[in-house]
Amino acid sequence: MRKIGIKEIEDIALGASLLGAGGGGDPYIGKLMAMGAVKECGPIDLIEPEEVPDDALVVPIAMMGAPTVLNEKGAGGSEYRALYDMTSDFFDKPIYAFMPMEAGGVNSMLPIAAAARMGLPMVDCDGMGRAFPEIQMVTFTIGGVQATPMALADEKGNSVIFRTITNKWAEDLSRAVTMRCGGNVAIAPYPMDGAVMKKYGVKGIVTRSETLGRAIRTAKDSKDTDPETAFLKASKGMKIFKGKISDVLRETRGAFNYGHVLLDGISDYRGQKAEVTFQNENLIVKVNDKILATAPDLICLVDTETFIPVPTDSVKYGKRVMVVGLPCFDMWRTEEGLKLVGPRYFGIDTDYIPVEERVKGSVQ
Amino acid sequence: MYKLGIDVGGTNTDAVLINENKEVVADIKHPTTPDVYDGINEAIRTVCDTAKIDRADITQAMLGTTQGTNAIVERRNLAKVGLVRIGAPATLAIPPAVDWPEDIQGVVEDYVIIRGGYEYDGKEIAELDTDAAKDFFTRVKGKVNSIAISCVFSTVRDDEELAIAKLCREVMGDDIPISISSEIGSMGLIERENATILNAALCHVAKRFTEGFVRSLANEGITNARVYISQNDGTLMTMEYAQKYPIRTVACGPTNSIRGASYLTKLQNAIVVDVGGTTTDLGVIEKGFPRESGVAVTIGGVRTNFRMPDIISIGLGGGSIVREHDDGSVTVGPDSVGYQITSKALVFGGDTMTATDIAVRLGMADIGDASKVAFIDEDLANKALATIKTMVEESIDAMKVSSDDVEVILVGGGNIILPKKLIGASTVYVPEHAGCANAIGAAIAKVSGYYEKFIDYNETPRDQALAHAKEEATQQAIEAGAIADTVEIIDVEDVPLAYYPGNTCRVRVKAAGNLA
Repeated sequence: MRKIGIKEIEDIALGASLLGAGGGGDPYIGKLMAMGAVKECGPIDLIEPEEVPDDALVVPIAMMGAPTVLNEKGAGGSEYRALYDMTSDFFDKPIYAFMPMEAGGVNSMLPIAAAARMGLPMVDCDGMGRAFPEIQMVTFTIGGVQATPMALADEKGNSVIFRTITNKWAEDLSRAVTMRCGGNVAIAPYPMDGAVMKKYGVKGIVTRSETLGRAIRTAKDSKDTDPETAFLKASKGMKIFKGKISDVLRETRGAFNYGHVLLDGISDYRGQKAEVTFQNENLIVKVNDKILATAPDLICLVDTETFIPVPTDSVKYGKRVMVVGLPCFDMWRTEEGLKLVGPRYFGIDTDYIPVEERVKGSVQ
Repeated sequence: MYKLGIDVGGTNTDAVLINENKEVVADIKHPTTPDVYDGINEAIRTVCDTAKIDRADITQAMLGTTQGTNAIVERRNLAKVGLVRIGAPATLAIPPAVDWPEDIQGVVEDYVIIRGGYEYDGKEIAELDTDAAKDFFTRVKGKVNSIAISCVFSTVRDDEELAIAKLCREVMGDDIPISISSEIGSMGLIERENATILNAALCHVAKRFTEGFVRSLANEGITNARVYISQNDGTLMTMEYAQKYPIRTVACGPTNSIRGASYLTKLQNAIVVDVGGTTTDLGVIEKGFPRESGVAVTIGGVRTNFRMPDIISIGLGGGSIVREHDDGSVTVGPDSVGYQITSKALVFGGDTMTATDIAVRLGMADIGDASKVAFIDEDLANKALATIKTMVEESIDAMKVSSDDVEVILVGGGNIILPKKLIGASTVYVPEHAGCANAIGAAIAKVSGYYEKFIDYNETPRDQALAHAKEEATQQAIEAGAIADTVEIIDVEDVPLAYYPGNTCRVRVKAAGNLA
């Protein structure tokens, strides 16, 4: 167990924008909620998954709805009490700890706010190890855990608990309620016991996020090596390409932000070309038409000077970026995992090969 | 009939006079002084003497100044602000100024979050709690100098912000400055609130720089002129507006350069490269106005969503220091001899090799004593020039929206260090009076009006909504002093919102017109 305060929150938020792999939304407003809660209620306890008893109730906390609304309304702070009460009443036992559902973007921050305000610990574990666009894309799905019973609460004091026959129904019903509540709510999906969390969760992900954030923040201060090497070493990232964005081709497909980023190589990659395809998150990167990484491995674009992650909604012509690959959580590499989040699920007709094997011989 | 344009920068205070045919009659540079008004007085005197005109013929005087920005960055002369946020029970989880640097957090002397505010569709979140607001105003009366009011989705409906402002007047009197978030920032409560607090904190500074400018003009015998202040979108505000919205002066310097460059070349679309003594600012001119930045802008460590020009700055200027390294490579900057160039550069008899010396050595400029740089190896000079060229070319490329070549305008006192052929540029222009483009930008500026709201096109058809938006923006420009039949719509944008019900778009319209 260790404490998470303001300084840690800054790093976790920065790391979360990298683990968003291009998506996940800007963690900024979530960071303010976490900071507000910690300033008011004190630092939270971050506990190891092993510290949670097998039969204890653990609940992920996330937001649902439009990021634009979240940026106006923030949260009230009392939602977490409502989520706690409903979930706890349903199972007729206390909640032992909160945890994040995803490590990328704004949802990395909300469980910190919830834990601080409820005086509960947060488990160093999530269900994605990154950001994904759909509610069933969590490792708990592999373990047969359902999204419901799922509690939902708005800032006005309204709350609902859903029991649905499928996760799809949970998504549809909760979205309808979210709209009537003003476009943004707090949810507590996938309530589970400690044993399931330990078996299927992505352990140590909050710490990983913090390490990544620190790697970005301190890369410039390295005395032994140049900032780029320092960043890659500290983040354990694989440098896939370095280039200038020469074009961004966007399409709207349903509610998704879909498109391709074309890159012209710079410095060591001069004369080479790369292409990154994204659907909210980056899905695949090809260098000189050769695939070097696909989902569910993380494909991250970072600024070549500051290493600040560049999300898919702000890629634009002329920006200089480094493409970095990070291996995904092992469970995503199993047959069941790839069925949920493998390249073919996202419409890319290729077999999944781990990024560290694809880049062998291709990466400096 | 003359217009007088003044631009107060970090190094120089520039002044220009422009006649009724919009021709530059005189332009001068004067070093900026510790008390900026000494420099302004001097600059006004010199430019009037140079032009030999009757000061009574100056009918408009425009000031572009960094004093607002500096006050925030240096945390000087900031007023104590009382903040009312309308929106509880929403937003309670985020206290005001929670992520501000500690040395500026104290600007918010006291705050209250009261019930009220709106949903995205204009429905009330809760009934407005006027009693709580009244209690707050009574409590802070005499303890704060300025009031900031923010409200959830006030960009959709501003009724409650206006009601609370009225209440503030009743309790705290007519003299207390009030800043209202819907008039300052755009979507995103916290960033909008931050900009509103900063605006409120600048009330003393604003009073000082507007009244100081008028006094400087009067001292120099200019008493017939109407006075305007530059804002950062390239248009002007009256004195009264500038005192209400001082935050809008932030970053007006680069904006004025861009507008001035456009004016001098008659180009409506181009990339402007403004080379100073220490840094080079690059901006984009689109349809005659600076392109706005799409990302959150941080001012003095405070994140805001206030409209700002899209500018990149690189450490390259006329005074940038040139160094040859052991491996034969040559670097330029980012350090500079700055304002000491007239004593430190080789051409002026100094001992430091600067970018200006390279330009003189290669025959690109005739400044100082060319014989003092004749000893510089031509190969080294060419390497330095290549470095300078690459730095600027890469930045130009970063500002472009496609790989097509664009027209490039070089302005600023340091522009002589750049070659007149650049990769990525179809043509490179260096207009006459390029050195004072910023003061010219201030002098020729228009006045503007602005409209932004969420509109559901299923409720209000698009053409109807846009027509209304254009009307509102035009009306605002006229209220700000524009001649009605010169007002043009300069920007229309409607963006569909992700994850929103119905067919909701964010509609933004900007209008601008000539001054009366």
